[in-house]
Amino acid sequence: MPAAVQYIIIPLVKVVLIQITLLIGVALTVWLERRTAGFIQDRYGPNRVGPFGLLQPVADVVKLFMKEDIVPEKANKFIHSLAPAISVTIALSTIAVIPFADPIQLFGSEFKLQIADVNIGILYILAMVSLGVYGVTLSGWASNNKYSLLGGLRSSAQMISYELSMGVAVLGIILVNGTFELDTIVQNQAGWKWNIILQPVGFLIFLTAAFAETNRTPFDLPEAEQELVGGYHTEYSSLKFALFFLSEYANVIVSACVITTLYLGGYQFPYLQTFGLSPVLVSILQIITFLIKIFIIVFFFIWIRWTVPRFRYDQLMVLGWKVMLPLALANLTITAIIVTLLK
Amino acid sequence: MENIQLILYTVFGVLAIFSAIMMITRRNPIASALWLIFNFFMISGLYFLLRAQFIAIIQILVYAGAIMVLFIFVIMLLKLTDEKKLSEIMTYQKITAILFSILLMALLVFTVYVNFADKYTEISTEAETISKAENLGRELFLKYAFPIEAIGLLLLATIVGAVVLAKKKFE
Amino acid sequence: MFADYGQILVFMLFAIAFVAIAFFVALFLAPKKPSYSKESTYECGEDTEGETWVRFNVRYYVVALIFIIFDVEVVFLFPWAVVFKELGLFAFVEMAVFLIILILGFVYVLAKGDLQWDKPQPVIPELKRQIFKVDSN
Repeated sequence: MPAAVQYIIIPLVKVVLIQITLLIGVALTVWLERRTAGFIQDRYGPNRVGPFGLLQPVADVVKLFMKEDIVPEKANKFIHSLAPAISVTIALSTIAVIPFADPIQLFGSEFKLQIADVNIGILYILAMVSLGVYGVTLSGWASNNKYSLLGGLRSSAQMISYELSMGVAVLGIILVNGTFELDTIVQNQAGWKWNIILQPVGFLIFLTAAFAETNRTPFDLPEAEQELVGGYHTEYSSLKFALFFLSEYANVIVSACVITTLYLGGYQFPYLQTFGLSPVLVSILQIITFLIKIFIIVFFFIWIRWTVPRFRYDQLMVLGWKVMLPLALANLTITAIIVTLLK
Repeated sequence: MENIQLILYTVFGVLAIFSAIMMITRRNPIASALWLIFNFFMISGLYFLLRAQFIAIIQILVYAGAIMVLFIFVIMLLKLTDEKKLSEIMTYQKITAILFSILLMALLVFTVYVNFADKYTEISTEAETISKAENLGRELFLKYAFPIEAIGLLLLATIVGAVVLAKKKFE
Repeated sequence: MFADYGQILVFMLFAIAFVAIAFFVALFLAPKKPSYSKESTYECGEDTEGETWVRFNVRYYVVALIFIIFDVEVVFLFPWAVVFKELGLFAFVEMAVFLIILILGFVYVLAKGDLQWDKPQPVIPELKRQIFKVDSN
C-alpha cells in the first residue's frame, strides 16, 4: 500500500466517518429521547416528519439555522459566540481515542479501528472532560444575565466537584490493568473479565459522575427551568442554541462510549474470537456489539432523565464531596490492597 | 515527517508567544484568562513535539482544566471589570520595564545559544520511552519517595492556608 | 505510535471546522432584524435591576481551591497506579502516607464546615383562621 494512502487517506476517511457517525448518532439520540419521553409520559412523541418522526431532528436543525440569532445588547458578543463553539469542539474531540474493534488486516497491513491509539488514552479523556466546564461557565458570564450567570457558576462548581470522583474511580481501573491505553484495557476485558465485575463500586461512581458531567437529570441544576429559566443558555437562540443542544447529546454519546470502553468490555463480545469466524466478520460483529452497548447506556441516560427528579443544590454538593469522593478513595485503597495481596 | 514537525513547532511556538502577548495586553480579565488557556494548549503542543506526552496531557488537565477554572471563578467572584488603559497608568515605569525586559530576553537567548546550540539539536531517540508515565512512576516512587511525602505536606499546608485566607478575605 | 497524536490534532481541527462552517452557513440563512426589546436582557419580562455581576458566596471559591489541590494529588496518583503492580508494598505504603496527609486536609475543611451548603429552610405560613372547617360529623 502506498504511503500516501496509509498515512493520509485512511486517517482522513476515519476522521470524517467517525465525526459524521457521531453527528447522526446525536440526531438519533434526540429523536430517541423525545419518543421515550412521550412513551414514559403516556403521549406520542414527534411522529409526523418521516417514518416514526425519525426526520424530526433534521427539521429542527433546519429550523434553528433559519432563526434569528439574538445577542443581548449588554452581552460580551465575542465570548457569547465562543462559548457554544468551545462546548461542541470539546464534545466532538473526546471520541478520538475510543477503540471500536480489534485491528483488522486489510491489503496486507494492519488497520486500526480507532482514530488514535495513544499511550495516555484515559488521561486524554479526563483532560477533555475537565475542559467541558468552560463552555457553560463562559456562556453564563458572557450573557450578562442573572439566570445565566447563576447557571454557569453552579455548573462549574458541580462539574469540578464530580470530576475528582471520576478521576479517582478511573484510578481503580488503571490499578487493575496497569496501563492508560484504552485498546489494551479493552483487550484485557476479554471473556468474562469485564471491569464492571472487578470494579463495581468504581463503575457506580463513574456512572454518577458521568451524569453530573453531562449536566443531565438528576444533576441538571445549571439549567433548572423552574428556578433559572434556562440556566446558562437563557440568552441563546438559533444556531448557538442548537450547538449547545448538540454538545449535550454528543457528551451523552461520548460518555456512553467511555463507560462501555472502561467498564463494559468495550467492543468485546464474550468468547467471540473462539468461534472461529473470519477476522473481518469478527470486526463487524465487534462494531455491532459496541453500538448495542452504547445504545443501552444512552437509553439508560434517557430513562433516568424522565424518571428521577432533580437534586437540590446542597444535596448535590453533599453527595459529591461527602459521599462520592470518600467512597472513591475507599474503592481505590481496597483495590490497591487486593492487587498487592494477589500478586 | 521531519518537515511536518518543524512546521508544527513553528506554528505552536509563534502562537504561544502571540497568545502570551495578547494575554498581558487585554483589558478584560476574562479575555486575558482565555488567551492564557490558549497559551497552555500551545505549550502542550510543544511538549507533544518533544515527545513528553505525560507532561503534555497533565499541562491540559491541571493548568487548563483546573487552575484556570479557579482563575475564572475569582474573576467572577471579585467582580473585576476592565482594567484602565495602559497609556493611562504608564509613565517612566513603562520605559524602564521594556528596557529591562529586552535585557533579560537577550541574556536568556545568549545563555541558551552558548550552552545548548550545538548539543541538543535533535530529539533523543529514547525520548518517547523516557517520557512514558510508567517510567516516570518508577523513577518517582522508587528514587524520590521522600520528596513525594514532602509534596503531600506542602499540599496540606496549602489547603489549610487557602481556606483560612479565603475566609478572612471575603467575610 | 507518535503519528497518532497528529491524528488527534486533525480530529480537533475537523471539529473546529464543523463549528466554523455552521456559523458561516447560519450567517446567510438567519434573518437579522434587531430591535430594542429583542436585545434587552431577559428577565421574564421585567426590567433588570442592578448589576448582573454581584459578589458570590465564598464557598464557590473554596470548592475550586480544594478541587485544584486534590487534582494535583490525583496527578501524582496516575504514574503511581500505572506501575503499582511491579512496585508492590513499598509503593503502597508510600502512597498511603501521602493520601493520609491529604485526607487530613480534607477532614479539616469538612470540620470547618466550608463544604457545608445551606439547606433551604422553607417557611410554611401558619394560618390563624381556618378556611375550611373540617366537620367531624
